[in-house]
Amino acid sequence: MKINLKVNGIDKTFLIQKNEYLLDVLRRNDYPSVRRGCDNTSCGVCTVLLDGKPVPSCSVLAIRCENKIITTVEGIEKEAEKLAKHFGELGADQCGFCNPSMALTVYSLKLENKEANEEEIKNYLVGNLCRCTGYVAQHEAIKRYLGDES
Amino acid sequence: MKVVNTLVKSIDGLGIMKGRKAYTDDFAEKDSLIVKVLRSPHPFAKIVKIDDLEAKKLMGIEMVLTHKDFKRIPFTRAGQGYPEPSPHDKFVLDEYVRYIGDEVLAVVGVSDEVCQKALDLIKVEYEVLNPILDFEIAKDNEIIIHPEPEIHEMFDIGFKPKRNIAASYGMEIGDVKKTLESCDYVIKETFYTQAQAHVMLEPHTVNARMDYMNRIVIFSATQTPFHVRRIISQGLEIPMSKIRVIKPRVGGGFGGKQAIHGEMLVAYVTYKTGKPAKMIYTRKEVFESTYSRHPMRIDISLGADKDGNLKVIDCLGLSDTGAYGEHALTVFMVTGSKVLPLYNKVDSVRFAGDIVYTNHTPAGAFRGYGAIQGNFALESAIDILCKKMKIDPIAFRQKNMMKEKETSPIFAIMGEGTAGTAMNMETCKLEECVERGMELIDWKNKYPRIETEDKIRSVGMAIAMQGSGIPYIDMGSATIKLNDDGFYNLMVGATEIGQGSDTVLTQIAAEELMTDVEKVIIYSSDTDLTPFDVGAYASSTTYVSGNAVKRAAKELKEQMLIEAARIFAVKVEDIDFNGETFKVDNTDKEMSLIDFSNQITYSHEQKQLQVTSSYVGHKSPPPFMAGFIEIEIDKETFEIDILNYVSVVDCGTTINPMLAKGQVDGAIIQGLGMAHFEDVIYTKNGKLISGDMLNYKIPTRLDVKKLTTVFVDSYEESGPFGAKSVGEIGIDTPPAALANAVDNALGIRIKDLPITSEKIFKEMRRKNNE
Ligand code: FES
Ligand code: FES
Repeated sequence: MKINLKVNGIDKTFLIQKNEYLLDVLRRNDYPSVRRGCDNTSCGVCTVLLDGKPVPSCSVLAIRCENKIITTVEGIEKEAEKLAKHFGELGADQCGFCNPSMALTVYSLKLENKEANEEEIKNYLVGNLCRCTGYVAQHEAIKRYLGDES
Repeated sequence: MKVVNTLVKSIDGLGIMKGRKAYTDDFAEKDSLIVKVLRSPHPFAKIVKIDDLEAKKLMGIEMVLTHKDFKRIPFTRAGQGYPEPSPHDKFVLDEYVRYIGDEVLAVVGVSDEVCQKALDLIKVEYEVLNPILDFEIAKDNEIIIHPEPEIHEMFDIGFKPKRNIAASYGMEIGDVKKTLESCDYVIKETFYTQAQAHVMLEPHTVNARMDYMNRIVIFSATQTPFHVRRIISQGLEIPMSKIRVIKPRVGGGFGGKQAIHGEMLVAYVTYKTGKPAKMIYTRKEVFESTYSRHPMRIDISLGADKDGNLKVIDCLGLSDTGAYGEHALTVFMVTGSKVLPLYNKVDSVRFAGDIVYTNHTPAGAFRGYGAIQGNFALESAIDILCKKMKIDPIAFRQKNMMKEKETSPIFAIMGEGTAGTAMNMETCKLEECVERGMELIDWKNKYPRIETEDKIRSVGMAIAMQGSGIPYIDMGSATIKLNDDGFYNLMVGATEIGQGSDTVLTQIAAEELMTDVEKVIIYSSDTDLTPFDVGAYASSTTYVSGNAVKRAAKELKEQMLIEAARIFAVKVEDIDFNGETFKVDNTDKEMSLIDFSNQITYSHEQKQLQVTSSYVGHKSPPPFMAGFIEIEIDKETFEIDILNYVSVVDCGTTINPMLAKGQVDGAIIQGLGMAHFEDVIYTKNGKLISGDMLNYKIPTRLDVKKLTTVFVDSYEESGPFGAKSVGEIGIDTPPAALANAVDNALGIRIKDLPITSEKIFKEMRRKNNE
């Protein structure tokens, strides 16, 4: 079957199976930034923005995305660049498997609550796991990103 | 230094953040066949019959592979020096299954769905056997987990499969028994550590295709591409020259990818069918069917005299390697060799034990590699001894621990799988690490505890060491080439797995060539294109591969000077090169690197300047650290809040201070995971309950309050620009530091990991009932 949706501002029609998850449809259609890290919605590396809200795409059935607006990190390049700059300057990069999904989540936080305090930031991002960094440098970088002008 | 030890950003961060294609599955062919494994529901069974007729009839199923399809060639999946110190006890598929999650057979089809359907249709008849699920009864049990005749060791590792022993080891210096008898204070304690899971966020992933030259090209999320090529060649009898292994970006390894996992099946399918194939482990498979850290029991006796001198350490271990023996001996030896030298002034020291088979998920390499287990036992025991002696645990450590220029006889006796290498500690800033750490955590004011109405705050500490590669075994190499327009390519077999080695190695090359990191383009790693490197393990990359890069860069520079001298018709000594310009001494003749490189590429006596160099360590200078934890415990619930972890590290020069800090921070949190969060639970039938990320809790960002990570000044002569390693050392101290802090708070001693509130609760009840 077919679904119509907008991905990163472009109208798309994808052929899907009715029990297929959005994650697999996106990967199959060349959005490599969307990744799978678990089987039960517990890691966050599959995050996309669905009508502007971060969701784990591994638990969204593609069939439910008819006419929805999807954003992957490829759709927020400029924001990813800004966050990458802070990550780089603070040494928050390691394997990077978690990074694109993190960029989407903090971008969404910035839109919702640019003034978020420490606890709010942590709570907002708690579903985005990272096994490499120990979180501290990431946290500093995210604070700087939220503090950026514009 | 211009580039080394400065704040250089990771060279790949931007593209990674933008989600560019980078990881193994991003390069899978679109039409890859899917390989799915049917996994054993029994901890131990013999496969009697497989009925796959219906499955094979399904449209879209290419093949079903069983043990009958493979020649019986035993190998080890462990990616380590060859001949491997791990037993060759694994077949691609076998008629026995030895743990819940073991490979029964594989289906190959055009989609996940059809493979799943096929798996559902296949009926397997098993003869269910009694398993061994308790490693303390495995040795000489009447159940024999590996009865098959073909399996073997490559050299003497103490492999005795009929006794369920994958390997064993023993050494004694002095006379432990006698020294213990002569001591004024003696303690004897038993510690247990759990089968920690790596939980790297990228699951094990592999894909393959035949290229137009009819060679098999395998993309693998591996730490050891060259070992993968060799093991596949041996296991499937494909000529090594027909195999190309490419390691793209790896989404975390921590030792979990220092072995082959899906590679064998995928390679077989592609080689056999000519079609591309791929396999991505589900998270459940990663937990259940790859490998974990070796659980251990460690019996430790310490003896001291009344003047506070530690006289003897007796350390007897028992390690559970699960169903297969990957890294069995070497991990166990590190439990001794990278822990016990911390206290080098003892008269006697013994380290011995067996690594046994059980019907659990196998164990293998994991950051720390035995040292974290040994450190938990020894550094807990030191505090227990000090308590008994009523002396300050830090003063005791300061008196007895390793100091600069000293050595330990253990270095010469214990290597990894073989004898070791004698060495002096040319750099050991442990004293400074301890002092700085005490200041940073404010030990004087906080030790042992501060009590308020409902909470207790306390501190605890531990010291640790690791290594920097395996001397005379780990080899790294690098190729550097000068291009027109004056930039360089750096090709290394060293494997970036997220630890930042591409950046660090680029910095080393740039420093030696007196240029910027932008001018050095690194590529890692590809068995066709990059020179050999053992891979990312044993904390070897910065030290071993880094030395190779430095050497290659130096030699290329020498070649460039020779060419420049030829161009100017002067002697090499008369040429001065500053990274950008060649100048002839005492003249105004000069030539830019760009003009030089263009000239030797296009116009006069053209040639390609390129150098390959290798490095094998002659020693393994240990990094050292002191770790201090501050916790707050709720008096009623015994919930532990980790307030701060101070790490003071001596890793020589930090080539990239930010990335080094990232290595320590990340390792501390993983170590705290093992110490406090990550409980491994099996049912009594041997099924892993903590086999997903809901039931196996790795630390989240809410669990991390504060990390204080600093480096002391240190310069290791033998390392590249003074560097030692930093990848593993951070993981070692948290378990003992936490156990010591809990004791300082509550006066109870938890001796099995993880240290949870429930265990504290039980122990407190026991204590109060006494
Ligand atoms: S893949 Fe882990 S949350 Fe979606
Ligand atoms: S950087 Fe590796 S998981 Fe976050």
